Amino acid sequence: MSEFQLQEIPVGPYKHLVSERALTGETMMLNMGPQHPSTHGVLRLLLELDGEIVVNCIPDIGYLHTGVEKNMEAKTYQKAEVMSDRLDYMNPIGNNLAYVMAVEKLVDLDVPERAQALRVILTELQRISSHLVWLGTSALDIAAMSVFLYCFREREIILDIFELVSGQRMMTTYLRPGGVWRDVPVEFETAVRNFIKIFPKRIDEYESMLTNNPLFLDRVAGIGKLSREDALSFGATGPNLRASGVNWDLRKARPYCGYEQYDFSVPTHTRGDVFARYIVRVQELRESLKIVEQALDKLPLGPVHSENRKFVPPPRSEIGVSMESLIHHFKLWTEGFPAPKASVYSAVESPRGELGVYLEGDGGPKPYRIHWRTPSFENLEILPIMAKGHLVADLVAIIGSVDIVLGDIDR
Amino acid sequence: MGVEQKLANMGVVTTTLETAVNWGRTNAMWPMLFGLACCAIEMMAAQAANYDMSRFGMELMRPSPRQSDLMIVAGRVSRKMGPVLRRLYDQMAEPKWVIAMGDCASCGGVFNNYAILQGVDEIVPVDVYVAGCPPRPEALIHGVVTLHEKVRAEKFKDLAKV
Repeated sequence: MSEFQLQEIPVGPYKHLVSERALTGETMMLNMGPQHPSTHGVLRLLLELDGEIVVNCIPDIGYLHTGVEKNMEAKTYQKAEVMSDRLDYMNPIGNNLAYVMAVEKLVDLDVPERAQALRVILTELQRISSHLVWLGTSALDIAAMSVFLYCFREREIILDIFELVSGQRMMTTYLRPGGVWRDVPVEFETAVRNFIKIFPKRIDEYESMLTNNPLFLDRVAGIGKLSREDALSFGATGPNLRASGVNWDLRKARPYCGYEQYDFSVPTHTRGDVFARYIVRVQELRESLKIVEQALDKLPLGPVHSENRKFVPPPRSEIGVSMESLIHHFKLWTEGFPAPKASVYSAVESPRGELGVYLEGDGGPKPYRIHWRTPSFENLEILPIMAKGHLVADLVAIIGSVDIVLGDIDR
Repeated sequence: MGVEQKLANMGVVTTTLETAVNWGRTNAMWPMLFGLACCAIEMMAAQAANYDMSRFGMELMRPSPRQSDLMIVAGRVSRKMGPVLRRLYDQMAEPKWVIAMGDCASCGGVFNNYAILQGVDEIVPVDVYVAGCPPRPEALIHGVVTLHEKVRAEKFKDLAKV
């Protein structure tokens, strides 16, 4: 039954990445993933182990390489948006936002106030749902089963709201260049208010299960420390950076979509360990809820997409009566709109950090080049630093705390 | 009225071995904990309290292919992941089934490009395809129930040929 025995990985191809002790066979190379319950997808890690201590950790990515960037170049600006949902699948609306903002910047398109406010509400709800999935799964990794069930219960409420506005639970493609797809139904406000009412108590519930739980603290406190300098030099963003004591949030630093009108704080922590990242994300849940509430209170009336018919299709009601509207509709969905020969970069704060889109137009209706600057990619690079010197069991907690999404890394 | 009632009165139920085995297989079909992409999140949602797949005897996700009966291919399979997926399938013990969850696993979905397998049935035999991008948890559960129907109809003599 030799097949069942632990197989050692040949060290040859990884010579430059491992310590000298691996070459003499003193330490052991072990494969973790791509099918592993706690690598959050299809991440493969090559571990150099000294007993149970991680000496080196080499991430191997690309198991979910989807070719999204190349595929988007083959589609018109409107149709390419569908691909963006599926990049970081925990944050589809945030991806849409980054993409439509880049397109709007490229073609200089206005967005009405109401659409901006709706975008803020929906991206913040998406941030909450993303953090809920993170909280549930990473608690599950360190053996706190019930948190997962509670988190997914609240996530369903958010997905029901998405379904209400767009007809889809996850891949909504609800934000469009120039605004949003259509106005929200009348039940939207009640649904969101209901959520705002019940959710703070639910956060307390999660915290009561974890924050002071000695079993949880044993697994997270002091594990996977990331210094401020390392976080900055590796380009980490999002909660990983903020948990290391850097107050950097694009919503504050480079406000977009009218974030400057909302009163919220950016939670930071100085310890930089797994526990700090947990605390930062849980506080972000509360802050996001605050933003949702303010945006809903202020939600202005008015149009939800731009009146510029060169970029935004006319409403259905006009197509039957107006020849020009019909022509615009037809031209937009068959040919798309041309964008100038220019390049833009727009970035939003996704639940994982700075999500940027670099978009280059060539005068035609399709992007010449599109590149996604995804936060998980940079955040993964700090994993080897954090893992060094910890046990394999702690590595599971560390991977969970970084909150990587493989679709985001591999694109 | 016949031997069944007489036996039932004695506390005995008669059935065929085939039915009993297939019943057992459908009611304790352990899926492999194997998430690839977006659909994996909906697969997790199907496991969670709102949809609760354990109603169908599937609460136990096994991360090891050796202990699982059902592979739910939840998400897009890249060309780099393909051999890994095939190896996992080969490691599963018979009898085993495969559900292709979502459009990407069924036919490539929106990703008609160089990187994504155009349907996981290029490398493993698929029993049930679940449409949707991603499918709702209800759709996955419907796929599972459809698979259960298929398993209940399995005949031993068909299996003998393999």
